[in-house]
Amino acid sequence: MVSKLDEQAVRHVAHLARLSVTDDEVARYAQQLSRVLTYVEQLNELDTEGVPPTAHALPVSNVLRADELGHPIQQEQALHNAPRQQDGFFRVPKVLDQETA
Amino acid sequence: MTDQAITTRTIIGLEIHVQLRTATKMFCGCPLKFDAPPNTCVCPVCLGHPGALPVINRQALAYSMLTGLALSCDIARHTKWDRKSYYYPDMPKNYQISQYDLPLCEHGHFEISVEGDTRRIRIKRAHLEEDAGKNLHDVPGCTLVDLNRAGTPLLEIVTEPDLTSAEEAFVFCTELQRLVTYLGVSEGSMQKGHMRFEPNVNVAIDVGGTEYRTPIVEIKNLNSFKSVRGAIAFESQRQTAAWQEDHDYVLGKVPNENRGWNDDRGVTEFQRPKEAAHDYRYFPDPDLVPVDVTDEMLAGVTARLPELPIARRARFMSEFGLSPKDTEIIVGHRGTADLFENAVKCGAPVDILGKQFVNVWLKLANDRNVPVTDLSVDAERMARLASMVADGSVSATAANRIAEAMLDRRDPPDLLADELGLVQVQDTGAMEAWVSEAFAANEQAVRDALTNPKKAKASAGFLRGKVMRISGGKADPKLVGQLIEKRLSELRE
Repeated sequence: MVSKLDEQAVRHVAHLARLSVTDDEVARYAQQLSRVLTYVEQLNELDTEGVPPTAHALPVSNVLRADELGHPIQQEQALHNAPRQQDGFFRVPKVLDQETA
Repeated sequence: MTDQAITTRTIIGLEIHVQLRTATKMFCGCPLKFDAPPNTCVCPVCLGHPGALPVINRQALAYSMLTGLALSCDIARHTKWDRKSYYYPDMPKNYQISQYDLPLCEHGHFEISVEGDTRRIRIKRAHLEEDAGKNLHDVPGCTLVDLNRAGTPLLEIVTEPDLTSAEEAFVFCTELQRLVTYLGVSEGSMQKGHMRFEPNVNVAIDVGGTEYRTPIVEIKNLNSFKSVRGAIAFESQRQTAAWQEDHDYVLGKVPNENRGWNDDRGVTEFQRPKEAAHDYRYFPDPDLVPVDVTDEMLAGVTARLPELPIARRARFMSEFGLSPKDTEIIVGHRGTADLFENAVKCGAPVDILGKQFVNVWLKLANDRNVPVTDLSVDAERMARLASMVADGSVSATAANRIAEAMLDRRDPPDLLADELGLVQVQDTGAMEAWVSEAFAANEQAVRDALTNPKKAKASAGFLRGKVMRISGGKADPKLVGQLIEKRLSELRE
């Protein structure tokens, strides 16, 4: 079967998702993901001529809220599940790239 | 080639993040507080907890549409929300909710005045998104994260590359700040980081008709007007010099890059090439349904669009005859301009009000470090004081003292003038007597005024001062001057 997703693409996607993968896994996932894409590709058989693009599965729009105060939680609660905390902050490993994009 | 004369043209586009002045966050009801203790304005939504669902803040949407209209944008009738994926600890969901291919506002323009010339800068788009939290890096060995800011509504405004100099960009940013504060959609506080700027800069270099373009540099996260101007001026020179050094420093051969501004050293510093730019994998956010802007929504926002600063400045000069300098001061803030205009509506003579407004009211406000609108003197009382000077019931100098008294008491200025004994005496009989008294007590000055052409004018002025003093400031100086002239000409005969 022709690989729709080559190994280079798998490595790229893995990197974007910050996943580390072995060479074996790269080969296996390339095959599996290609099969998934082939399966989904069946949708292309449908004639969508004249069907407007949709951004959401539900025929609903304009779900808005008033600009009114809700219920913030306590600092202690916010940090409750954090592996590490310090002085009311979440404490994480040093971020080297100061870039916030 | 290096010996040939070159001309350069700087090409600048701006991305500006404006923090909206809502009470709560973009997608949850957490309050927006600038210096709350860390992680106290948070909830499951802005902490990115699984299963927590965002809901759009109606006010943020309205503010964005209002800004879009003020920037002459088309407001999209159908807009949606997308996830912009990246990994960073201040972004708890690992994606930012933004608008990718269907932004709320598009295809606008904003006019600025640079050294007397009007420049029209095209606006490519303006879309809503949420801010990230804050990472603190000044702790050894780790990073501390505060998510109070996470989810703050931001309007990202993107211009076309129509700006041509650091100065123009500076003016654009300051005018945009004025606009958003005028509209009331943002506090526009630079200290609180309400406006952040990212200029894209490159240089077109012309050598005998052949044009070379340097790679595009994006300068990240500038948070003052001064740094915008400094960073662009520096980049323009740096890129030109880099090309002169190596003619392969051109778009396409050398990758675009991101640089940061070092305020202390006054230079930009390399951060990363754009080749390694993030792949954000935008896709529609399934947690949020689209927004369809209805006629009613649009009409509601349009009705709230005020006269914009640039139009108002022009009108204040033509309608009220104010000087460009005074206009700049008065129109700078919407509340100030409204107060002035209301005072005119209350019947204040514009020429006197203009002088009093700048020299008295704004000065008193300045001395007290409050906006003039907080002086507890309303438009009606301001108008009355200006009218009193106009009809001669008090002198301009006396008006200063009355104005100060008006700050402490809400009585009509007429009453205060009376109490302070500053009502000008219009009674010529009383004034004639004061003139006689002054003439009798200052014979030398009278002689000089009559016989010494070199001193005549000064002596008449001196006598007028004496009369004013005798009257305790109550005499109308103009009338006194006339009476003195009359008396002198009688003596000459």
